[in-house]
Amino acid sequence: MSAIERRPTDWASPAMQARIAARYRAERNFRRLGATALVVAAGFLAFLLFTIVRDGWSGFLRTEARLEVTFTPATLGVDPAAVAGPDGKAMLARADYVALLNEAARGLGPASGTLSDAAWLALRERLLADPGLLGQRVSLWVPVRSTIDLLAKGKFDLEAPADSRGVSDREVAAWRWLEREGRLRTGFNSAFLGNADSTEPELAGIGGAALGSLFTLFITIIIAFPLGVLSAVWLEEFAPRGRLADVIELSINNLAAVPSIIFGLLGLAFFLNIAGLPRSSPLVGGITLALMIMPVIVIAARVAIKAVPPSIRDAALGIGASPIQVVFQHVLPLALPGIMTGTIIGIARALGETAPLLLIGMRAFVTDVPQGLSAPATVLPMQVFLWSDDVQRGFVEKTSAAILVLLVILIAMNSLAIYLRNRFERRW
Amino acid sequence: MKLLIALALVLALAGLAYLAGRARATRLTLAAGGRIGAVHSRPVYHGAYVAVLALAPALIVLAGWGLAGEGVIEGRVLATLDAASQPAPGPDRAALMNEVRGLVAGDLPQAFNPLAPVLAPRYAATKTNLDLLAGALAVALLCLGGLWGYSRIRPDFRARNRVEMQVRILLLLASVVAILTTFGIVLSLIFESIRFFRMVSPVEFLTGLAWSPQTALRADQVGSTGAFGAVPLFWGTIFIGAIIAMAVAIPLGLMSAIYLTQYAAPRLRRWLKPVLELLAGVPTVVYGFFAALSVAPVVRQVAVALGMADASADSALAAGLVMGVMIIPFVSSMADDALAAVPRAMRDGSLAMGATMSETVKKVMVPAALPGIIGGVLLAVSRAIGETMIVVMAAGLAANLTANPFSSVTTVTTQIVALLTGDQEFDSAKTLSAFALGLVLFGMTLVLNIYALAVVKRYREAYE
Amino acid sequence: MNQNPAQKPAIGHNSVPKMTARDVNVFYGQKQAIRNVSIDVTSEHVTAFIGPSGCGKSTFLRCLNRMNDTVDGARVEGRIELDAQDIYAPAMDVVQLRARVGMVFQKPNPFPKSIYENVAYGPRIHGLARAKADMDNIVESALRRAGLWDEVKDRLGESGTAMSGGQQQRLCIARAIAVDPEVILMDEPCSALDPIATARIEELIDELRGRYAIVIVTHNMQQAARVSQKTAFFHLGTLVEYDDTSAIFTNPRETRTKDYITGRYG
Repeated sequence: MSAIERRPTDWASPAMQARIAARYRAERNFRRLGATALVVAAGFLAFLLFTIVRDGWSGFLRTEARLEVTFTPATLGVDPAAVAGPDGKAMLARADYVALLNEAARGLGPASGTLSDAAWLALRERLLADPGLLGQRVSLWVPVRSTIDLLAKGKFDLEAPADSRGVSDREVAAWRWLEREGRLRTGFNSAFLGNADSTEPELAGIGGAALGSLFTLFITIIIAFPLGVLSAVWLEEFAPRGRLADVIELSINNLAAVPSIIFGLLGLAFFLNIAGLPRSSPLVGGITLALMIMPVIVIAARVAIKAVPPSIRDAALGIGASPIQVVFQHVLPLALPGIMTGTIIGIARALGETAPLLLIGMRAFVTDVPQGLSAPATVLPMQVFLWSDDVQRGFVEKTSAAILVLLVILIAMNSLAIYLRNRFERRW
Repeated sequence: MKLLIALALVLALAGLAYLAGRARATRLTLAAGGRIGAVHSRPVYHGAYVAVLALAPALIVLAGWGLAGEGVIEGRVLATLDAASQPAPGPDRAALMNEVRGLVAGDLPQAFNPLAPVLAPRYAATKTNLDLLAGALAVALLCLGGLWGYSRIRPDFRARNRVEMQVRILLLLASVVAILTTFGIVLSLIFESIRFFRMVSPVEFLTGLAWSPQTALRADQVGSTGAFGAVPLFWGTIFIGAIIAMAVAIPLGLMSAIYLTQYAAPRLRRWLKPVLELLAGVPTVVYGFFAALSVAPVVRQVAVALGMADASADSALAAGLVMGVMIIPFVSSMADDALAAVPRAMRDGSLAMGATMSETVKKVMVPAALPGIIGGVLLAVSRAIGETMIVVMAAGLAANLTANPFSSVTTVTTQIVALLTGDQEFDSAKTLSAFALGLVLFGMTLVLNIYALAVVKRYREAYE
Repeated sequence: MNQNPAQKPAIGHNSVPKMTARDVNVFYGQKQAIRNVSIDVTSEHVTAFIGPSGCGKSTFLRCLNRMNDTVDGARVEGRIELDAQDIYAPAMDVVQLRARVGMVFQKPNPFPKSIYENVAYGPRIHGLARAKADMDNIVESALRRAGLWDEVKDRLGESGTAMSGGQQQRLCIARAIAVDPEVILMDEPCSALDPIATARIEELIDELRGRYAIVIVTHNMQQAARVSQKTAFFHLGTLVEYDDTSAIFTNPRETRTKDYITGRYG
């Protein structure tokens, strides 16, 4: 053995010991760097959640003022004698509550202008519930304007100079008066969850957008799920090796990575301008999103189908089942958890998507809950976008509150997907 | 609604066809004494065969009518007008027909266009007639198909094989939707872009340095104002998506992946991975809101502190930073996959030489995983340049050709949204330019994706 | 070395053991993989670990340079010493330990780098070469000792992964000896190789024995008989018998050893 002789390494020498110490320092620094990167990423998520919760939780609350109202028939423009008659209810429903509200608001003195434009609805509701109150004086709680609402929630910096704090001295004085008189209370904002959009922050709600999201996702699911699963089955189980399968596979892989806004252009050019489907509707939005998430479902379903071991197929084929029976009776049921996981992730993505819907007009200002699949509608993330653009200060907390609702739904969906994946993940 | 009723009717009839086919096959089976094999297929298959034959043509008719019917009706209604008063195709015509439909449905109390009240009764009549005609055609085809299928039921008829062939065709059709979607995208982008390039030369679009589509609104100046130079947009897209965002996402994502795969205790990893996935599940509109409301003011203050008095509220930096954070989980999970694909033996080989973990990672794992990591980064870039909401909400609309991260730049996606969400005149260069931008974006991401997927695939195969 | 089985050599009796293990237990989570193993490894000898699959021989081998540290949930109890130093003591530096106790794996695992860089990797991270010439010397000497020099001296810049399996494994051996270790652990180094490459590696092991303590895990009894001077038989996580190879193969004390060697199970 002709080897060049070397002296054995002297590990104990000071130079070597110093070198080893330096290497360990580098090791620790590197490790710390990794931990820092994770902490920064997770910290960002925490900070984002923190600011949104901080700004948004008060969106679920709203401030109301106590108002004394006398249901004067003359102001309402109704004939007290006719109330008991057959058209009494209808007449009361048509009465002039705005005039009544204006009259009652005068009783608030300096705060007479603080009530919401929609406060008359509370008056009507009360009287319709109990027509016997006509002519009586009652005290009831009505919503206040957004500015007063924000003042009550402490959203303004009152120390700041008047011209930069975003609220006038008159409004501050009115609020102070209401507070002093004990006329303000803060309660759960049911209007926020039930109402549709509005130009007034205190009246705007996510109900319309939530229903629009539901309609849109309904269309998306009934199109994307069957299409996705069926094409995954074809690609995994039946596709003959060849050009067609390659082209389909390439299409799906690329569609999965095409920017979502491109699907919006497709929706605009094809579904709206060529097919003439109704603009701004959940129908078109749903179809567009379905095409967008179909590749996600196909890819997840293929992985799940591939994970079913061939022995199961062989066993079923061996007792005389046809390939179609094997797939639909054995392979798909076993692959279902994986397919569901992929589908839920795809739907969550569709639920959070905004860009393509912008292009097909789903940014319409819709003040009513959507009436159907082809009526104009908006969706939750779009509502967030629209409100975030609004200059009125009251919409900041609404935006954050809407984001909270959206995030809660999305986190629930993603957690369900992760749970399904872990619970049903089978090792063969 | 009418379509839904027709659909329900057709489905119900197909259900009847199924029951009839099944009943006949059951009778045949009983007549044959119920021996296995006396009747080739089980009754359900005979039923399904009859139902499919009945349903398929009817559905095709209904789908075709649903897609094309409105156009046919419009054409026939407009044809009743004399040639001179027919509105030109495009927005005028669409507005008129909208009014007509509004009058018919009763949503619109009064029309602006004097032609609308004239056309409304004709429209209603034509629509009723043609809808009925289409429905009748569907039902007739349904009956014919069903009867033909029913007549074929015999003991030796291979209904199961037929049904399975039909199912296979259905599977194939479902798969073809992906190709159709791709074609739909490519065709609609190319078609509209060609119309755009008739007004503005492609050379000017791809190399021009000035972008200001608003000035081109005057019809006589379209194409001659030089306002469609998209280079500032391409630069803004790359600046935000490929430079600033990646400067955030690559180091953070890569280091997170390294920490999670090599250092973190399994329990920590089990908790942190879903947290990162959660970061990926946050809708982009939320990031956009966050960028505009929380990050942009801070960035602006920094710019002012650095002496830029006219710092704008929209900055490339704010959008790019937040986009980078959005991409972290993506980069991290791609890097995670790439590192996990490096054989454990390679890691062990290095550790057994007495290398520390960081030396192993830096000198063996990352070089070995590099193709996979690069592929992942390219996919991330493709994702960042196609991202829309963050830049729409935080990057601004000013087409500046600048490398100053504190100034406002605009991107391809921002412009597409801005061009297509204002008042739309569908034939103007302004609107059509959005499709040209879309075509460029699609082309860029397509090249990136195909290349990146190929790199990743080759890399996976290298270690299999 | 004395190859005559009739003459009982005094291996491990009159020389100081290089590594000693006392009452070693290894757990993977709740599962115990190794029970109370005590063994001495001597310099200038080849020690073979044999036994059926899953008997714990590889697990025990990986304890000797603490490679089990890299396995999640692995726990080692007992005492293992290298030159009378406890290698699991807090004062022991793993990096240094692994430089002194090298390892060759079952499947050749060259790094995706050039042949030269593969061999230079260890000396570089440990800072064993001051100048380029030093490094060239180290690389050449390691490749020579691994019997690879003549085959690769003209293509040192080529990728280590482009060689044949047998060459790759010899490259891995060269990589291990480039840091000049005192002990070399080999975990079934020939199981992925063809017979000719195996013969080449076995020759190499015999040549290397003059300088290092070599421990080889193998499931091939002929190989153990051919290359080793001492053999340990593992079964179900315990050390059944440890003796001179000649004794084990001609006159095993334990029936289990005898059954295994004669092919009754395994």
